Amino acid sequence: MEKFEKITGIAAPLPLVNIDTDMIIPKQFLKTIKRSGLGVNLFDEMRYDRQGNEIPDFVLNQPAYREAEILVAGENFGCGSSREHAPWALKDFGIKCVIAPSFADIFYSNCFKNGILPIVLPQEAVDVLMKDAEKGSNARMVVDLEAQTVTSSDGEVFSFDVDSFKKHCLLNGLDDIGLTMEKAGAIDTFEAQAAQARPWV
Amino acid sequence: MSPKTLYDKIWDAHVVHEDADGTSLLYIDRHLVHEVTSPQAFEGLRMAGRQVRAPGKTIAVPDHNVPTTPGRENPDQMPEDSRIQVAALDKNAQDFGIHYYPVSDVRQGIVHIVGPEQGWTLPGMTVVCGDSHTATHGAFGALAHGIGTSEVEHVLATQTLIQKKSKNMKVEITGKLRPGVTAKDITLSVIGETGTAGGTGYVIEYCGEAIRDLSMEGRMTVCNMAIEGGARAGLIAPDEKTFEYVEGRPHAPKGAQWEAAMEWWKTLYSDDDAHWDKVVTIRGEDIAPVVTWGTSPEDVLPITAEVPDPASFAGGKVSAAQRALDYMGLKPGQKLSDIEIDTVFIGSCTNGRIEDLRAAAAVVKGKKIKEGMRAMVVPGSGLVRAQAEEEGLADIFKEAGFEWRMAGCSMCLAMNPDQLSEGERCASTSNRNFEGRQGYKGRTHLMSPAMAAAAAVTGRLTDVRELM
Repeated sequence: MEKFEKITGIAAPLPLVNIDTDMIIPKQFLKTIKRSGLGVNLFDEMRYDRQGNEIPDFVLNQPAYREAEILVAGENFGCGSSREHAPWALKDFGIKCVIAPSFADIFYSNCFKNGILPIVLPQEAVDVLMKDAEKGSNARMVVDLEAQTVTSSDGEVFSFDVDSFKKHCLLNGLDDIGLTMEKAGAIDTFEAQAAQARPWV
Repeated sequence: MSPKTLYDKIWDAHVVHEDADGTSLLYIDRHLVHEVTSPQAFEGLRMAGRQVRAPGKTIAVPDHNVPTTPGRENPDQMPEDSRIQVAALDKNAQDFGIHYYPVSDVRQGIVHIVGPEQGWTLPGMTVVCGDSHTATHGAFGALAHGIGTSEVEHVLATQTLIQKKSKNMKVEITGKLRPGVTAKDITLSVIGETGTAGGTGYVIEYCGEAIRDLSMEGRMTVCNMAIEGGARAGLIAPDEKTFEYVEGRPHAPKGAQWEAAMEWWKTLYSDDDAHWDKVVTIRGEDIAPVVTWGTSPEDVLPITAEVPDPASFAGGKVSAAQRALDYMGLKPGQKLSDIEIDTVFIGSCTNGRIEDLRAAAAVVKGKKIKEGMRAMVVPGSGLVRAQAEEEGLADIFKEAGFEWRMAGCSMCLAMNPDQLSEGERCASTSNRNFEGRQGYKGRTHLMSPAMAAAAAVTGRLTDVRELM
């Protein structure tokens, strides 16, 4: 996985609550056996009409937001299905960070596995950043994971919390499986003990 | 010893390693796999030259993509991309030596129905699957939750997951349910009460008399939708009903192992003075047959209610409710029982078990579905289908005008040919009413099998109690 670098980029406002993973990437695109190439179908049903034409009103179709690297959204972002195609589609489009008052658990954890930083901030802070995002491409937001801050284009700074292990993995681009493999001895021991204690498993 | 919740007990029994910050390596007893969220994980293993660590604990079945029309063994029934995905699972199961139920096997079905049916799911286990409805298995007192594809790969390679412990939430349903009220009404009503994010960060334990009174099928329905309330996992403490359901299933322990298992399983309950971070209590008597009116599972109301006014909500929910009504083609003040429907879907991992089919059949027996209605019953597994045929339920459905299908996920997420067309309105026993879930611009109302059956007969959302 690539290391997560500081972002100075355009933020797209998506002021909806409960944006579910069916919205982020509808089911017809889950039939792929690859991780790549889903960006073109990100938010497909909100982004295109049935003929495949762009819907001009949708934020990511507006010239100012085509290069967005950050999304600012309403609460409970990523609810619904566990499909990792949702972060894959965001990543493939170029989104590296999503800011919202809350996230669904599985989506939140899937983001970290793909080098995307989900940031939880209080509703009031998200409201400020939403307004900032609405300014378009001249307003660059800064996301600094090392310092755990988001800075609006006006220079207003918001600090956020992130799990220290997840932060470490993102910053260093670490692969979970490799890390866990280093604990193979502990897994062997556990398995041997469990086979004694619960042989029916 | 300090008092523990059921979740605490299962968690503690599976920790392989814990870091100072609480990041834990959790051992996984059962890994269920389906065709949609696994191909990239197997590909990752191949690229890294890794093996499946515990193939004997890994069980795969194709369910999301598969057609449910008879004659589906013919590959021409599947579009190219679905065929490739199912073929990839066939190959991965064979190459890595994991348990597999192909489409041609009578035991094939929705992964969350097959697991319990075959005795793979047992009390006290950790169970994962690349599917959010893995919460279903919590009905057995197993810690079961959905994971993403990267985690699928992680479990395949290491049989563990990196996790931080969730908080404990208790949802108690007291007393008795009224006639016509089912497990689906319980689980939808809980989400209506807590909201779709009310359980985020928690593992829910459902308890109380109304939960204890439910069959195992009903308990699975309740736990299945824990994720719709935001909780990764829902649990119900195992009891005699659980043990009776499990005993004798193909992969359940036998003989001395059964006795040893029972000894541990009987300790799997929350201690009286265990700590709860959040408690929700609902009186069973207060739960009515419910339906959803919007595009979030929290948009729940009794069938006797009216479509709400978006202005009656607060915060971001005002615009969300307006957007939902526009999408659903509904007006505030409209009686829910006046809403006409085009399609009825009975099935899914939420409500595709034998008890669900019995409840629906009891409503339609001797009746006909409304003229012009499209109605289908999709059993959750080949074995449920066979049992329903033996009990005469299939004939009741067919005589009423329902299509009688093969097992699979079908119209719950419409990855196979079973989809709603634009504007088509469906009474569905599935779990998500999201925009586009059952087809582009399709409109979904969630409800119990009995309520869906009633809607099939009258052609509108209907209070099943009127037909009882």
